[in-house]
Amino acid sequence: MQEAKAEFEPVILAFCCNWCSYAGADLAGTSRFEYPTNVRIIRVMCSGRMDPTFILSAFRWGADGVLITGCHPGDCHYVQGNYMMERRFGFLKEVLGHLGIEPQRLRLEWISAGEGEKFAALIRDTTQKIKELGPNPLKAT
Amino acid sequence: MGEEEPRVGVFICQCGVNIGGVVNVQSVVKYAKTLPNVAYAEDNIYTCSEAGLASIKKATKEHRLNRVVVASCTPRTHEPLFRSACREAGLNHYLFEMANIREQCSWVHAHQAEKATKKAKDIVRMAVARASWLNPQEEPELDIKDVALVIGGGIAGMTTALTLANQGFKVYLAEKEPQLGGNIRTLHKLYPTMQDSADLLDPTINAVNANRNIETLTSTMVSDVKGYVGNFKVTLAKEAEKREVEVGVIIVACGAMNYTPPKGLYQYGVLPNIVTQLEMDGLLKNGKIKKPPERVVMIQCVGARKGEIRAVDLAGFPKSDTARLLAKILKAKKEEGWPYCSKICCMNAIKNAILIKDKFPETDVIILYGDVRVYKEYEDFYSMARESQVKFVKHIEEVTPEIMQGPEGKLTVTAYDALSGQEIALPCDWVVLSTPLIPHKEEVLLARMLKVPISSDGFLMEAHVKLRPVDTQMDGIFLAGAASGPKDVPESIVSAKAAAARAATLMANKKMRTEALTSVVDEEQCIGCGLCEEICAYGAHYLEDGKSHTIAALCRGCGACAAECPRRAIGMQHYTDDQVLAQIKAGLVEEA
Repeated sequence: MQEAKAEFEPVILAFCCNWCSYAGADLAGTSRFEYPTNVRIIRVMCSGRMDPTFILSAFRWGADGVLITGCHPGDCHYVQGNYMMERRFGFLKEVLGHLGIEPQRLRLEWISAGEGEKFAALIRDTTQKIKELGPNPLKAT
Repeated sequence: MGEEEPRVGVFICQCGVNIGGVVNVQSVVKYAKTLPNVAYAEDNIYTCSEAGLASIKKATKEHRLNRVVVASCTPRTHEPLFRSACREAGLNHYLFEMANIREQCSWVHAHQAEKATKKAKDIVRMAVARASWLNPQEEPELDIKDVALVIGGGIAGMTTALTLANQGFKVYLAEKEPQLGGNIRTLHKLYPTMQDSADLLDPTINAVNANRNIETLTSTMVSDVKGYVGNFKVTLAKEAEKREVEVGVIIVACGAMNYTPPKGLYQYGVLPNIVTQLEMDGLLKNGKIKKPPERVVMIQCVGARKGEIRAVDLAGFPKSDTARLLAKILKAKKEEGWPYCSKICCMNAIKNAILIKDKFPETDVIILYGDVRVYKEYEDFYSMARESQVKFVKHIEEVTPEIMQGPEGKLTVTAYDALSGQEIALPCDWVVLSTPLIPHKEEVLLARMLKVPISSDGFLMEAHVKLRPVDTQMDGIFLAGAASGPKDVPESIVSAKAAAARAATLMANKKMRTEALTSVVDEEQCIGCGLCEEICAYGAHYLEDGKSHTIAALCRGCGACAAECPRRAIGMQHYTDDQVLAQIKAGLVEEA
């Protein structure tokens, strides 16, 4: 069993906003910054579009981690969508706790279109942290 | 799902070796054929090539496809091309979906071929799942006001304004200084022609002043920007006096400024006769250097290009010196903050060196450099300097040279010679620092108002560095001149004309279709709470008869209202809950 745990490859969903973080993810590619293959990116127009249902459904369907990325505070293409996501973030973490899912599995970060290196570093770091947490506890039930 | 049974066609691009060299494309094609709703799958060497696009059209007809997925590069560059192929095949282009397996897969997993192939399959599966839920959309049409605002009255701004005005468009030209001219106003001669800057500047300013389509607003700053492409409302402030202008396009030509070292760095502002190239240009212009100097030392890349330490530069040095050298390099990196090459400084130094040599042939002029970057015809300019006995000495640029003053007032520059690995001391009368062009401090504020991102170098960022060099991410906002990075005069003029052409294309069409990504209210679910009206940054929601309504032309499609609505009564076209959830589920559950 020990060995199986060492090979745990988490599945992480990353939601990227069209204007900043998705472009940052593209820049990581153009710059050839390598990172682990565990993350699947979903493009949304704005982090403000992130309906709590999307996030809770992702965990229900077995995501080991969910990463939401958006424009830096003050830089939102839609003025304030990222602030709205940030407001939801607090209560979502609380809800996750009640559901028996470690709140650290949900992460919110700001990535600009110019921060390819930061994006790659974030994916490395998130993958590592989720590996340490182990599989989504809902998967066992 | 969509109204008719989805028949998805999947086209997987090899992108030469860009994708095919990492991802096993054949096995992704084979996998795609097993996915629900997939009626057809193939691979292409380049899906974006004429043959690739023709293949999409052919397969759409032959296999009666009603959804198309292309797995290739990023939609940010290629979605418009594939969408138009779909239109040509008779398919509404909202029935197209892209799977990014290059920027977000093969390029970031170059050494993990097997895992990258698995990830590519997952990405394709997610795209197919989303595609199955796509619906055709009608795009709303916007009116484009044929009036332009140009921010910045330097050579780039003036050229843009003139180019647009000569095509018959009304232009507001806002300049923060009391007069037009920008950086060139402070220059003496322009390289490589050595003409007086006034020869270029004066006719341009006169042409701007004489043009009836241009309204020049000096001492004016932008204080607020509202609206969107075709319909911007910009507040311009001249001290306390404010006025609002309505424009269809905005061209940012705010330029860059010359970096002035802080007091003490390179002894600047502490010892006499230490000046920047710009200041030397001024001294030469005004004939302020009377006595022929014995020697002038110019130092390149002051405040710029202090990047990583290169082992090759340390190789020539005795081991005992390495620690001392490393400490100095780290100090320089900390103190000299601009990481990029400013591109104009080499030519600038050569220009001033030649001017000094012309005036004082006996003066020894030494240029201390790390790299000399004299591209295209400037190579001849460099040779010209060599022929006039200007000396180029390669030093270790990562180490800030030390400058001291001797008892008789003479300066001595001490640097590390890169070829001999020895310390060299150069007594001289003048030290000239070649400093980079850096972004204006106000650029950050401007960027925020315009919602244009800033690159890691601090300049405004182009939509794509190669494919869309004068566009920004914001429709209707364009970049001219040094606003997007250091440029010399000819490059500024080229980019200004390019930006004017891009802006004119929009204005000449008078109308533009925008993405149909708008919110739609389900009136049966809506309880008229007004939350959407309250949070919408664009005023796109209003309440009437106890129900919320969307003004499609104002909605920018962010989807915040859809996420906030307590009744889930608001849907986002093309990013419906069903579409996003299908993509999420497919990312996590294989048998979606």
